[in-house]
Amino acid sequence: MNKDLYKYILGLADNCLILGQRLGELCGHGPSLETDIACTNLSLDLLGQVRSYYQYAAKLKGNDVTEDDIAFLRIEREYLNVLLVEQQNTDFAYVMSRQFLFDTYHLLLLNELQKSHDVTLAAIAKKSIKEVSYHYRFSSDWIKRLGDGTSESHQKMQNAIDALWTYTDELFHQTEADKMMVKQGIGVDVTKLKETFYNKVSDILLEATLVVPESKYFQKGGKHGVHTEHFGFILSDLQYMQRTYPKMQW
Amino acid sequence: MKKNWPLWEIFVRSKNGLEHRHFGSLHAADAEMALENARDVYTRRNEGVSIWVVESKHITASNPENNGELFEPAQDKVYRHPTFYDLPDDIKHM
Repeated sequence: MNKDLYKYILGLADNCLILGQRLGELCGHGPSLETDIACTNLSLDLLGQVRSYYQYAAKLKGNDVTEDDIAFLRIEREYLNVLLVEQQNTDFAYVMSRQFLFDTYHLLLLNELQKSHDVTLAAIAKKSIKEVSYHYRFSSDWIKRLGDGTSESHQKMQNAIDALWTYTDELFHQTEADKMMVKQGIGVDVTKLKETFYNKVSDILLEATLVVPESKYFQKGGKHGVHTEHFGFILSDLQYMQRTYPKMQW
Repeated sequence: MKKNWPLWEIFVRSKNGLEHRHFGSLHAADAEMALENARDVYTRRNEGVSIWVVESKHITASNPENNGELFEPAQDKVYRHPTFYDLPDDIKHM
């Protein structure tokens, strides 16, 4: 098995799984019926993408490993998602800021991944990009609405952006496996997306009358399996059924 | 967030060539948000190719109290239906 490719796929997929799980927590708790459904839709889109990635990873792994084993039966240190996506649903401004920062990155990433020499990854990227384009439209719209809304919504949005900013730099880190994949023309060189990302994000923040944070202190670790304190709680929700009733089918 | 966003009526065209049909109503702060909400609430199972939204307050409705004068006079005028023609068998879809 190509271990680097396997890890690379998990890196792509785990971001979608954990963000999908976080959005799923909002099901029935959204601020209005319409936004509740919208957030659940985002979640379902992401989980759909996750399945394609994990099915591919399971095939690489062989030995009767299934997509469910990969999704539900790893330990914390084996999840390779970035720290941004595991942050809490503190309020709707946090939910939309987290979404907006991730969507901006995700869209740039998938755009490049479509050109991957790995045909499966290229196909997944091609299929997902339409969904993610809508996610970006939805979240950037909310950033502008709330940022340029009332003084209270403006303040809440600024707080959320300031708090999550520290997790943005990690999006552009590369693990050893990532570098190998870039070398083989399979992976995306995320370091090249960084400048565009910050430009695009800044444009939207300015349009939303928000201040672009200047902090240069950034958190990292997720891509190496070192997560924030929230992660154990996410896994206990996510894995409960498969851990309690092994091999249970829906 | 303001709890009482205005109400919008949603019309969806199921496929090209068909007319937009009323699908339901939802709340949104403005037309742009109404379109996005309509997309999420009504069209994620391939129901449509086009969405119209119109704020409910712009619809003028007939008053049910006037149903007598508006609609009942038509009830005893069956000759207004074109049902008294003998159609040749070759004509289909009538």
